Amino acid sequence: MELNGKVPPGPLAEKWTNYKSSMPLVSPDNKRRLDVIVVGTGLAGGAAAASLGELGYNVKCFTFHDSPRRAHSISAQGGINAAKNYKNDGDSVHRLFYDTIKGGDYRSREGNVHRLAEVSVDIIDQCVAQGVPFAREYSGMLDNRSFGGVQVQRTFYARGQTGQQLLIGAYQALSRQISLGNVTMYNRHEMLDIVLVDGKARGIIARNLVTGKLERFAAHAVVLATGGYGNDFYLSPNARMCYETATWRAVRKGALMANPCFTQIHPTCIPQYGDYQSKLTLMSESLRNDGRVWVPKKKEDAEAIRQGKKKGIDIPEADRDYYLERRYPAFGNLVPRDVASRAAKVECDKGHGIVPTGLGVYLDFSSAFERYGKSKAHSMNLENPSAAQVREFGVKEVEEKYGNLFEMYEKITGEDPYTHPMKIYPAVHYTMGGLWVDYNLETNIPGLFALGECNFSDHGANRLGASALMQGLGDGYFVIPYTIGTFLSKEIRTPKFSAATPEFDEAEQAVRERLQGFLKNGGKQSTESFHRRLGKIMWDYCGMARNAEGLTKARRMIQELKAEFYTDVFVPGSMDEYNPELEKVTRVADFFELGELMCLDALQRNESCGGHFREEFQTEEGEALRDDENYKYVAAWGWQDTSQEPELYKEPLVYENIKVAARSYK
Amino acid sequence: MMVDNKLIIGLSGFIPVHINLLSTFINPYQPLSTLINLYKMKLNLKIWRQKNAKDNGRFETYQVVANEHMSFLEMLDVLNESLTSSQKEPVAFDHDCREGICGTCSLVINGQPHGPMGGTTTCQLHLRHFHDGQTIVIEPFRARAFPVLKDLVVDRSAFDRIIQAGGYVSIDTGQAPDGNAIPVGKDVASKSFDAAACIGCGACVAACPNSSAMLFVSAKVSHLALLPQGKIEAKKRVMDMVNQMDEEGFGMCSNITACEAECPKQISVENIARLNREFIGSSFTSTEKA
Amino acid sequence: MKSWFFRFFTSSIGKKLLMALTGLFLILFLMVHLAGNLQLLYNDGGVAFNVYADFMAHNPLIQLVSKGNFAFILLHAIVGTVLWVRNRSARGSQGYAVQKTKATQTNAGFAKNMWYLGVIVFVFIIIHLLQFWAMMKFGDVGADVNLVDIDGKQVKNLYALVEVAFTNMPFVFFYVLSMAVIAFHLWHGFQSAFQTIGWNHPKYTPVVQFLGKAYSVLVPLGFAVIPIVFYLRHA
Repeated sequence: MELNGKVPPGPLAEKWTNYKSSMPLVSPDNKRRLDVIVVGTGLAGGAAAASLGELGYNVKCFTFHDSPRRAHSISAQGGINAAKNYKNDGDSVHRLFYDTIKGGDYRSREGNVHRLAEVSVDIIDQCVAQGVPFAREYSGMLDNRSFGGVQVQRTFYARGQTGQQLLIGAYQALSRQISLGNVTMYNRHEMLDIVLVDGKARGIIARNLVTGKLERFAAHAVVLATGGYGNDFYLSPNARMCYETATWRAVRKGALMANPCFTQIHPTCIPQYGDYQSKLTLMSESLRNDGRVWVPKKKEDAEAIRQGKKKGIDIPEADRDYYLERRYPAFGNLVPRDVASRAAKVECDKGHGIVPTGLGVYLDFSSAFERYGKSKAHSMNLENPSAAQVREFGVKEVEEKYGNLFEMYEKITGEDPYTHPMKIYPAVHYTMGGLWVDYNLETNIPGLFALGECNFSDHGANRLGASALMQGLGDGYFVIPYTIGTFLSKEIRTPKFSAATPEFDEAEQAVRERLQGFLKNGGKQSTESFHRRLGKIMWDYCGMARNAEGLTKARRMIQELKAEFYTDVFVPGSMDEYNPELEKVTRVADFFELGELMCLDALQRNESCGGHFREEFQTEEGEALRDDENYKYVAAWGWQDTSQEPELYKEPLVYENIKVAARSYK
Repeated sequence: MMVDNKLIIGLSGFIPVHINLLSTFINPYQPLSTLINLYKMKLNLKIWRQKNAKDNGRFETYQVVANEHMSFLEMLDVLNESLTSSQKEPVAFDHDCREGICGTCSLVINGQPHGPMGGTTTCQLHLRHFHDGQTIVIEPFRARAFPVLKDLVVDRSAFDRIIQAGGYVSIDTGQAPDGNAIPVGKDVASKSFDAAACIGCGACVAACPNSSAMLFVSAKVSHLALLPQGKIEAKKRVMDMVNQMDEEGFGMCSNITACEAECPKQISVENIARLNREFIGSSFTSTEKA
Repeated sequence: MKSWFFRFFTSSIGKKLLMALTGLFLILFLMVHLAGNLQLLYNDGGVAFNVYADFMAHNPLIQLVSKGNFAFILLHAIVGTVLWVRNRSARGSQGYAVQKTKATQTNAGFAKNMWYLGVIVFVFIIIHLLQFWAMMKFGDVGADVNLVDIDGKQVKNLYALVEVAFTNMPFVFFYVLSMAVIAFHLWHGFQSAFQTIGWNHPKYTPVVQFLGKAYSVLVPLGFAVIPIVFYLRHA
């Protein structure tokens, strides 16, 4: 199969504009006759369903949550990037484009990324108009802060709850379309299969999670916006309901999965604290604006801290190693996530970790308290403020900026982060890989589109902070409403679909048999316990550092675990009722196959880039060593029949506008 | 009414497979459980079980051995794990992000929505706030407008319908002017944000002796009514939303302020006063007769 | 299509507004009533009080206000009952096994039992009206009430009726208890009325809260002091 990215020709900066003005359109009258299914109601899905509804398409929108507003986009904390240059600090669309490509370690498509940078400015405008209460300056103008991997301030934020506010904006826009009748909303419905008719995506089989009934929905096109697969690792900051079923069902119907090994490790997670932990909690990257990361210089100090004999505040300034500032003076604490994560791991591996497991570093705000406090005292014309006063002012300023994050930290750890430096450690976070899509965000299955985290398109091998929200909303508000026309304009003569066709019968029957198979399995172990074991394999061998031997072993272990799972998993209850265990079992079943594919992808990519770090491929200083000659491509995997080996297709990446160089943040 | 199912659930009956999860890279370290001195606690749980919306439901009691580091929902996970491994049906409860922002989790714990800690969702509640041997009564959110679907899971779609009635700014994608073309005072943005911080969990309804949804509706109305972008259709919005709230069968506000006391996001009842003001003002001054 | 006016006053907030406005009027009325009652404490054998009572019974403007007052009491009671019924049903068929009601701005116990407190107050008002107001208004001279000559004018001697009642131990007890209930009702009701009409402001709400508490203690206390003083004087 030849993979055609369909990036339009012409100069980079004009591709999108020219393409938009020359692409085929669907007339308003015809839009009313076309049905579109949108699965997922996060930033990408919510924005897409609302925008498609506004355009006049008949939209059916699905979420397995109890409300569209629960999607995991809501947990995004720090902010959203946009090339507005409101700070007059030299930002531009091109700079955002460049930062994103570089941050992604040169493994993303130029055309897509440039378009993302272009629409970023419109996203902010749209969200402001919707009533998103972004942080403001005293002038009433929008405030910005900076995020990792960039040297400008372009991140818009709403305290530490930006994702929540943006999602509420999209949810409100969606609610408006629901009330107008343009969108029909199906809550607590889980998509369990995609139905293809003559090779085109024409509908889905969904299970009504309340009644347990399987339902069929037909449409002219299907849009997936179902998020990432970080929960393959079991412990991650993803919400518990982040699964990969929708994407994986698409793969099983012939869609290609691109770069599955590109998973991002987020450097600032609260370290693991208990045996029965169900998930990890992220502390926003925005904290690295003001927090300084350090470990004790002396191993004895680290040891004493681990044993509870000393605390972070007992270590004098001279004995602290601000290793990010030391190693990367140009970007300091704001190096990209992959770099910061690996640096933390290096320090902990050397024995400088500061939590009982040895896996934790400090994120310290004392300098920020002092800096903000002094500035505040100065603005209050206090000549010689006392240290206590400065601290008090500083704490207040920091509280204003990150109050909810500090509160969240205290609730989880039981320790006051205003007094003691925060303890953090890297954890799996975002997955850059996803369904392969072309410039139109269409997968290789005609009529099947993928938006947001569930596609692979914009972040290459590593995503920069505050860019996930940008991509989700960009895809949903400003890309899909146009690009879906390239497919639907050819469908205007296709009458409304009936779901009473053999294709739907067959798909529904397959889903039913699959569910019944699990119910009749008669095993002994819970789905959760299998998921936990899978997660451990994934983290151990396909986590922050990988090697060929481990990956090979992991694949075998996953296959064995999968075999055990199919013989010994126990699912209580029946199909025709609200049955969370039954929901979970199919989702975890899909994780086995995806996990295997992740290992396989990591194994074939004999280089280190971005979030993918192969121990065999590093520089003497321990930095990632890329191999542009052999691996400058998108690895897209087809795996319809899992009894056979997956097939690898390669889409070469062409860089016409920027020079591919080694990434340096020093 | 209760006690027909007793179970002893111990840490030993369950393989702690992921203890080493994060420690792969540093071999000398021991498993977490041996490093942290865990305070184990035995809890008696009295949990509402209800097969489906039509079932009458009843309390059942369970015992679970937990430790102080667990979150409340992790304790329920342990219970469910054990129920499942003894081939019984686990307790259904709503949960998702487990970091206090998605608003999915609920539960009335010993008579308080989201449990005894102020400003905390159930998922953020940790067992260090409970003690060994304590009896904990766990009930679903109760309101006519929030029917129970199963066990502790309730249907909160009434909130969605209230938003659909008018809780938005009617702007189509692509129509917006430049973000800085609409200046918003820092204090106004901050106040609007305070209201917008609502996670839509429904604790206000669960806490209110009248099962009133006024705190939720007032937070949503305030969020938009405070901002210049939202003022344009503020009158219609507040009337439509209150109308829908009434139709959903929520109770009426007696200013008891239990909602504010239990709100995990500490949304202020000042918003309810604003809602009253907006609704009364709009009803009398709106030029739309219908 | 029902008129907007009707729809407003049958909406949840409209009904609450009725409660707030009638409540605020009754709060004002209580103050005026207390001012009149305090004249009972003059040691003048009831002259000042009887003059005041006669004036109140015959001034046309007062009569009009008084009719409004009755209407408001009734409206307050009826709407309050409608709200109570609706609020009780809003919980659904299954209540909580355990419910702790916390409150931030008021006393949760008073606030959630306003209807029960209101019923007691209502019963008190009926008894109170039958005993004093009806006697003054419709009582047969000689049988129910006597006349007294003040400055050459024959007026009904309400003071004497009050004196009889207030020297009766069980009645004094009932009266003082009722005042306590009114105090509880006001403790929540005063500030709640302001909240309902939308009067919540970081600067002024603390003032309203303080006034409300002061009012709900002082006014019922003022009423309660009178029978106690009468009883003690008598004893």
